[in-house]
Amino acid sequence: MPASLLELKNITKRFPGVLALDDVSLSVGHGEVVALIGENGAGKSTLMNILGGVHQADAGEILFDGERVVIRSVADALSLGIGFIHQELHVLDNLDVAGNVFLGREPFWGGRLRLIDRRRMARESEVYLKRSGLAIPPQTPLQDLSPAQRQMVEIAKALSQNARLIIMDEPTSSLTLSETERLLATVCDLSEHGVSVIYISHRLGEIESCADRVVALRDGRNAGELSAGEVSHQKMVSLMIGRKLEDLYVHGKGPQPTPYFQVEGLRTQYRPRHRISFDVARGEILGFAGLVGAGRSEMAQAVFGVNAPLAGTVRLEDRPLAIHSPRDAIAAGVFLVPEDRRHTGLITEMTVRENITLAGLRRCATWLLVRPDRETEIARRQVEALRIKTPGIETQAMNLSGGNQQKVVLAKWLSLEPKVIIFDEPTRGIDVGAKAEIYRLMRDLADRGVAVIMISSDMEEVIGVSDRIAVMHEGEIAGFLKRDQFSEQAIMDLAVGSKAA
Amino acid sequence: MKKELGITMLLIVLCGTTAMLNHRFLGAANLQNMARLIGMYGIFSIGLGLVIITGGIDLSVGSVFALQGVVLAILLREWHWHWVIAVLASLAGVMALGLFHGLMVARVRMQPFIVTLCGLLFYRGLARYIAHDETKGFGTGGFGMLRELATGNLGPLPMPFVVLIVVAIVAYVVLHRSVYGRHLYAVGRNEEAARYSGIDSRRVILSAYVLSMLLTGVSGVLIAFYTNSISPANHGSFYELYGIAAAVLGGCSLRGGEGSILGIVIGTALLQVLQNLVNLLGIESSLNFAVMGAVIFFGVLVDQALRARRAQKT
Repeated sequence: MPASLLELKNITKRFPGVLALDDVSLSVGHGEVVALIGENGAGKSTLMNILGGVHQADAGEILFDGERVVIRSVADALSLGIGFIHQELHVLDNLDVAGNVFLGREPFWGGRLRLIDRRRMARESEVYLKRSGLAIPPQTPLQDLSPAQRQMVEIAKALSQNARLIIMDEPTSSLTLSETERLLATVCDLSEHGVSVIYISHRLGEIESCADRVVALRDGRNAGELSAGEVSHQKMVSLMIGRKLEDLYVHGKGPQPTPYFQVEGLRTQYRPRHRISFDVARGEILGFAGLVGAGRSEMAQAVFGVNAPLAGTVRLEDRPLAIHSPRDAIAAGVFLVPEDRRHTGLITEMTVRENITLAGLRRCATWLLVRPDRETEIARRQVEALRIKTPGIETQAMNLSGGNQQKVVLAKWLSLEPKVIIFDEPTRGIDVGAKAEIYRLMRDLADRGVAVIMISSDMEEVIGVSDRIAVMHEGEIAGFLKRDQFSEQAIMDLAVGSKAA
Repeated sequence: MKKELGITMLLIVLCGTTAMLNHRFLGAANLQNMARLIGMYGIFSIGLGLVIITGGIDLSVGSVFALQGVVLAILLREWHWHWVIAVLASLAGVMALGLFHGLMVARVRMQPFIVTLCGLLFYRGLARYIAHDETKGFGTGGFGMLRELATGNLGPLPMPFVVLIVVAIVAYVVLHRSVYGRHLYAVGRNEEAARYSGIDSRRVILSAYVLSMLLTGVSGVLIAFYTNSISPANHGSFYELYGIAAAVLGGCSLRGGEGSILGIVIGTALLQVLQNLVNLLGIESSLNFAVMGAVIFFGVLVDQALRARRAQKT
């Protein structure tokens, strides 16, 4: 048996205008978990796309199980035993679990009638479900499953295709802490059973806990490797960005003493029986921690008027606000940077300019007719101020990287006059460098007297960024933590409902 | 303008070929008649285009023409209303139908295809019932000003064409220059994100259906006086499909969020030139629809290929 299962040797890939990969090598041993890290644009996706047959390398070779192979399509990769689990799940929620595991390869009976053999499908998928750590009946409709469970279904699907190497691209970006832990346990279990894993993630904490080896890419080149013993947060960051990241988190002037934005007795349509009350001061960043499903996003959507609250009062500067729609919230200066920037934050087919001015277009208009000069000026100013990396303001938003898309959403609100901004998972899927910039922007806003609310499932981020943390548990705020009380343990205790003394 | 380039070329080529094959194409009478038809079809096609840009559709247009025509004939000939009041009443009625469609789509969240398909059936039936399935006409004289406005000329230009130019200019400014126009595109592209940016998407959608029906109503009056008699069973039938075809040829996507006024007008012109070509070149008239279907098909196919190429270049 050859020493390593997969070996990528001296891979070079050139796209028009860019050298995406320059002499990159990567090896993965049997049952080894290799974490692949790097900033967006470092070449991780290109490398994985070459492995998946989406792109062909210009130079270099791929050895799988000691043999030279050519991968021309996803089907080629699958037949070699390479399975992919993408950030966006490729499961169909109108089928049951077994149907998803065997999608496209359904066992059949009845000769030419090709009737689906449901019993066999269920029986066989049960085996793979168990191995992927999912203890549910194979007949469960997929729509009843949580994102984490859906991920397990994908893993089961890969296993059922006899995958010997599973590539996971940001698998935890939409998972909660406990779900992430379960996924990591599954990863360990896979490796114990001899299945190798390439694990791509921006969450360095996860990598520390599960990787046997870390490989970093930077600007399309190998930037270095760390063995399990050497892995540390600091070292990974410096490999990725090529320098030390001094202060990812910045502290500001601190909150002003008087309450500014007050929410009292808020009842959402999502959990009508629970009430939420909290307040945020000017200059304060209030973090909202909790498990996914605790009702944090629903709280934000109620305050912003997407799903109007059933009851409760919202006050700004002691004046009650009547918010029935996002329009009302925006008029009052209460803004939301939503969780799903590509579906609710941006109109991705529209240009950067159109997205930035979308909410405040009336301000660029005389007699309801848009003045192009004013609009262009506003968009330009925001692009400059936020240092949005884009070829120009007429570029479609879909062509920007995640971090820059998020900045466009933010630019939309900064072009108006924010009083309160709610960030819902602001750095999901964004690389370390861009994260630091978003944190800095949030802090700048707070220092300018804006009340900032940040919902985040990234424990490190909540602790690093917030001035105060509200922890939610099943639709209610289980408790508030002040800066000197911050710890992962304290947050977890409140999040799972074991009220600390 | 770049986006309309493909279809403009197609229009020019078609005009050139027809003119070469039959010199009557460029005759004053033929051009005038074509301009009149382009005017009548263009006005409601622009309305339909607005709805299509929001991601909707309106299949009821043809039946609305029948219903409006029958009612207008009754108001004028049997109830002897003053023509100004009769026309305004018919426009108001048609807009009320648009309001109903809009409410069903934007508030009740029914699919536009279904709402307006039911409209297509219902209004046609209603028109035939009201008219006792008999042809209603406006006679040979009378309604002086109205008849002149609907069927006369302004200088060399037929009135419907003049109306189209006015409507197109207003629609152009509204769609491409105003806040409302931007909101229309935004809602068509991504209604959810538009709402998160403070756009009242329901009101935008609702208004598109009402505006569309207003333009349909204006076209309806012109068409009624052009045919001068309304046979409720087939007056205006299939017209919605001409409108949809014109919008699609002009660059509207049925998924919403795309399209331009210029494109829709050129699309309408293209369809009428085609129609004219079939007549002038002595092509068997039973092939009429087949020719149109084929040209629309290839027009859209080529346009899509051109777009894909352009997208690759940038």
